[in-house]
Parts: sequence; structure tokens; C-alpha cells
Amino acid sequence: MIWDWSFTLEILPVLAQAAVVSVEATLISFVLAATLGLVLAVVRIAVPRTGWTISVLVELIRSTPLLIQIFFIYFVFPKFGLVLDAFTAGVLAIGIHYAAYCSEVYRAGFDNIHRGQWEASIALNLSAWTTFRDIIIPQAIPPIVPALGNYLVALFKETPLLSAIAVMELMQTAKIIGSDTFRYTEPITLVGLFFLAMSLVSAALIRALERLLNRRTVR
Amino acid sequence: MTEQPMVRFENVSKRYGTLTVLDELNLEIARGEKVSVIGPSGSGKTTVLRMLMTLETINDGVIWVEGEPLTHMKKNGKLVPADLAHIRRIRAKIGMVFQSFNLFPHMTAMANCIEAPMTVLGMKRAEAEARAAELLDLVGLSQKKDHYPSQLSGGQQQRVAIARALAMRPKIMLFDEVTSALDPELVGEVLQVIRQIGREHDLTMLMVTHQMGFAKEFSDRVCFFYQGKICEQGPPGELFGAPKNERTRQFLHAVLEAG
Amino acid sequence: MGIGTLVAMLAAALAVIGVLATQQAYSLFLPGLLQGAVLTIEIAILGSLLAIVMGVLAALVRLYGPAPLRWLATVYVEIFRGTSALVQLFWLFFVLPQFGVTLDAFLVAVVALGLNVGAYGSEVVRGAILSVARGQWEACTALNMSRAQMLRRVILPQAFVAMIPPWGNLFIELLKSTSLVSLITLSDLAFKAQQMNQNTFKTIPIFTLVLLMYLVMSLVLTIGMRLLERRASAGLARGKAA
Repeated sequence: MIWDWSFTLEILPVLAQAAVVSVEATLISFVLAATLGLVLAVVRIAVPRTGWTISVLVELIRSTPLLIQIFFIYFVFPKFGLVLDAFTAGVLAIGIHYAAYCSEVYRAGFDNIHRGQWEASIALNLSAWTTFRDIIIPQAIPPIVPALGNYLVALFKETPLLSAIAVMELMQTAKIIGSDTFRYTEPITLVGLFFLAMSLVSAALIRALERLLNRRTVR
Repeated sequence: MTEQPMVRFENVSKRYGTLTVLDELNLEIARGEKVSVIGPSGSGKTTVLRMLMTLETINDGVIWVEGEPLTHMKKNGKLVPADLAHIRRIRAKIGMVFQSFNLFPHMTAMANCIEAPMTVLGMKRAEAEARAAELLDLVGLSQKKDHYPSQLSGGQQQRVAIARALAMRPKIMLFDEVTSALDPELVGEVLQVIRQIGREHDLTMLMVTHQMGFAKEFSDRVCFFYQGKICEQGPPGELFGAPKNERTRQFLHAVLEAG
Repeated sequence: MGIGTLVAMLAAALAVIGVLATQQAYSLFLPGLLQGAVLTIEIAILGSLLAIVMGVLAALVRLYGPAPLRWLATVYVEIFRGTSALVQLFWLFFVLPQFGVTLDAFLVAVVALGLNVGAYGSEVVRGAILSVARGQWEACTALNMSRAQMLRRVILPQAFVAMIPPWGNLFIELLKSTSLVSLITLSDLAFKAQQMNQNTFKTIPIFTLVLLMYLVMSLVLTIGMRLLERRASAGLARGKAA
């Protein structure tokens, strides 16, 4: 039999539990990515002479595979006395990797702010901090929410990499089920379907959000 | 001793690469004086305002505001480039209205007018709102205080921008071609507001304008800029009535022809 | 980032590798890692070729194919974009044999990565075709060209330039994704690194070298795509001027 339904029902709760780990890893690393990315983009504008360094850093992070970065943080950090458990190391690596991508998204958002907004802020003597908080960020963020949303989905789809350092997320769980039972069809297909469903739903949500934002800006 | 000028440009130069936009400008503006700056595009007239607002750095010279250097500060008896704290202290005396309004699109008219008073001057919201309400009333927009910029006409937006600048209680107001982006029928309402605040407030005003009629009627002095220098200046009656310089004559002739 | 900076980064990365290669602690690992890098490059090149074929094919079918084929292409794109590359790799490696189809690991790697990136590529191709000005289509119709002629002679040459930068990004993604094949037993660069790390625990030299080697490959690819873009757009501009 190619597909065994009773086996499917048996492993479903186990996979559901693992899915929670995947989603947790996604959310934590995305918060890290979104925050760190914003910090990078803001620092780049606030302290222009850091621009080159940040560009190079972003390029370095984006030019090397996430999997190697995960290994690097998991295996190399302990050599410097910083021992992280697999989940933390993995989440940190994914967060930093996607921070590099997010910072470019924020940067595009900031670049789209008309120069007059900065000039008006200077003319009103606003501090740099107030200018970012009250004037620039509220205008720059809404248009880039869909782009950030796409990175959230992309990030989610990279969480199976955590299986390489044995984090018990979906992929790792499916592999273990497979090697224990010699049935790979159901667990791996179910994992695929789960990602597919989440991706399709997220894509629809992002499209709806985009429409909402377009309506708002037309106001 | 005579009173300090409100603003003094002392040998100020501005260059972009090899292009000299302003060439050793010397200009004094007295307290309460209304000065109009006219000239062909590229003559450096807008740069004068932008330097005073610290939107542009200067290459040479010093700009003084009420006897204090804006671009520099005194340190051990010498003038060194100013730090941000110094610039912000002096800059507080200056307000600016832009050609393209530059209202904050995500804030209502009222929010635009209370943002800086609350965050920079540290006013309480109630106080800032009361003051903003007065100013929006002054510019004839008390009905529109909860509207967003995109819901206002160009003339209305520019009047909000004027109220926003006034809310910071500046001593000097800069107007940078404030009617140039407006449809012709909306120009009058903005000029009317400027006239009124000129009458009612003890403000020093410096404006770049293409409205020759308004410059003639409103200002105490008109400066004609040409190729980065003041080519001719004087009371509007003289400058418009009997320009001494050939360039001024040509410019006025061309402008009046077009108008 | 300007091409000058990229070249400078490439030179710097190569210089660092060169300096490290003089150190005993590092040079020890170089031959093995280079061996892995060769496999990485092979998979990246073959995967990219498959991705281009799939991307163009799926885009054309989705735009102009008959209904059943169009649905099929859409399903392909949605599935490969909607699940992750590692899941696809594992599915082809572990599940497909249970249906009686056993591909060797190298083939699985090329097919999985090629299909994955091809799905994203089809969106790029589709977008580029749709972005060619409407007037161009109308002019072709007025000249009574067939649709195939329009595409081949007029639309695709113009869409090509717009496609280069996003394809460049996809190739980089594919190159980085090749590291996943280490998880299906292929001894690529990432696999060698893992293996050497487990045997020697010389974690820092190994992973430093590996990161630098991926960096060099990515930069070469990025610089190459930039040059291609420059040439292609210069060609288009010349065409415009004529």
C-alpha cells in the first residue's frame, strides 16, 4: 500500500507537536530579523559613515548559505565560550540571516520617503530620534509590510534546516519517524502539505493586506 | 551701539564641486524686516534660505543669528564648526515653509501642528493643541483641523504648513517659493495669510518668490540674485521702479512680459 | 552595491584564503574542501540550467498554453514555491523510492534544486514578459506576426534584460541551497566541512574557509551577472538609439 491512513492518523499528533516548534522558531527568528534589520537600516541613515561597513556585512551574510551559518553559530560559538542549545543557535542564525534581507527592505522603504519630510523635520528642529519615530517610520513601514511578509514566509520555509542540528522541528521529527518505521511517504508528504497550506494561506493574507494598504494610501 | 542684525551672512560661499552656487555672500537682515529674494532659477536664491535653515552646509564664511554664529561655535576664543546641540539651539529661532508643503501625510492638520511643540519644546498636549487651534484659526482652517493633508487643497495644505512653522514660535520665518506649486486660483489665500502674519506678528521674514506684485507690496527690501551674488538690492519702489543694474532690468522685463 | 566594491570584496576574500593557505592549521583542510567545492559547482551549474528551462517553460505555458497544461504548470509552481527546498529534496530522496523510482543522490540534488528555483524563475519570466510595453504587442499584431514570432523576435529580447537581475538573485539562492545536498549524503562543500569537523574538531579553521569559499563563488556569480546585465542593457540602448 502506497499511502497508509491509519499510520497517518498515528503520526499526526506527533507532527502537530513538532509543527508548534517550527512555528515558534519562525516567530522568534522573525522578530529578531525584523528588529535587527530595522536597527541596521536606521544606523545606516543616522550614522552615514557606517554605510559601507553595513553594506559589506549584509553582502557577506547574503552570500553564504544559511546552513553553514547555522553550523557556524552552533559549532564555532562554543569555542569562544558561548555554548548555545541547538534551538537557540538555529533561531539566532536564521534571525541574523534574514535581518540582512530585512534591512534592505527597510532601506527601500526609507529611500521612498520624500526628501521634504526630512527637511521639514529639520526645519521643525525635531531630534533624529523623534524624526525616525514619528515621521519616517510610520510612513516607511506600511508600504513594505507585504515585502516583510514574504520574508516571513520564506523564513518559515527555511526552518527545516534546523533538522541539520537536530532541533525537533517538523522535518527532524518526520525523518525520525521515517527511520524508525521505514515509512517515509506519509511523514515527509505531510510535512510538505503543511508547508504548502501555510504558504498558500500566507500568500492570500499578504495579498489582502496589500489591497488594504493600497486603499489606505489612496485615501 | 546699534542693534544686532537678526541674521547676518558673512562672506558665505557654497560650492557643489566646481560649481559655485553662492559667492561670498554678505547680507544683513534687521529685526522685523521683510526681505524678498528674486532672481532667475539657478541664481542661488533658494540656497540662501536652505543654508539658514541648515539644510545645506556652507563651504566658507559664517552665518550669524542674533549675534550668535549658527554654523560655528566659539571654543577657546576661536570659531569651530558647530555641533548638533549648538545648531539645534540656534535653529529653534527659525521656521521654514516649503514650496512643496512637506506636511506629514500620516498626521492630521492638528497633529502636524503639535508634533514639534510637544516633542521639541516639551509642551503638554492640551497646551500645544490650544496654541495650534489658535494658529489654524489664524490661517482660516479651524474647520479642517482633523483632516489629513491628502484631504486638503494645495492652498489649504500650505496654510497648515505656515501654522505648523509658527507653532514653534520662531523669530525668523523663511518662505521658499511657497506659492509656486499652487494652482493660480489658490495663490491669493496663501499670500493673504502671509500678509496677515506679517502685520500681526513681530517676525523677521525672508522669502524667495516669483510673485513680483507681492514682493513689491509686502517687503521692506528686495534682493536680486544673479549667478550666486546679490546683483542689486533696495526698497521695492526703487528696485522695481528704477532698477540700476542692466541684469535686473532684463530679468524684470522678462518676468513682467511672461506675467 | 557597486561592481567595484564587489570586485574588491572578491579580491579581499581570495587574499584572505591565500594567507590562510600558508598556515598549517588551515592548509590541511584545503584539498578536501576544494574537492567538495567542485561538486557544489557542478550541482549549481546543472541545477541552474534545469531551473532556466523549467522557468521559461512554465511561464510560457501559464501565459499561452492550453487550459489543462496551464493548470499543471500552476500546480508545479505553487507546490515548489509553497514547500521548502529541503522538504522537496527529502521527498525525492526518501519517498520517491517507495513508489519504485530510485534516483541517485546527485540526480535528486540537481532535479530538486532545479525544479525549486525554476518555480520561482517562472514568476520572473512571466513578470518580465508582462512588463513589456503593450505597444510592442500591438505593433507586432499590426505587422501580422505570429505569436511565436512576436515572442521570439520582439518580446523576449526586451524581457531578457529585465530578467537578468532577478535571475542573478535566484542563481545565488540556488548556489546557497546546494549546501542542503550535504543532508542527502552528497559530499559537497558543506558535507566535507561537517565531516572534517566531526573528525578533527578544528571547527574554526574549517568553517572560516568554507564561508570564504562560498563567498568567493557567490561574488563571482554576482559580478558575472552584473557584467551580463551591463552588456545586455547596453545592447538594448544601442538598439534604441539606432
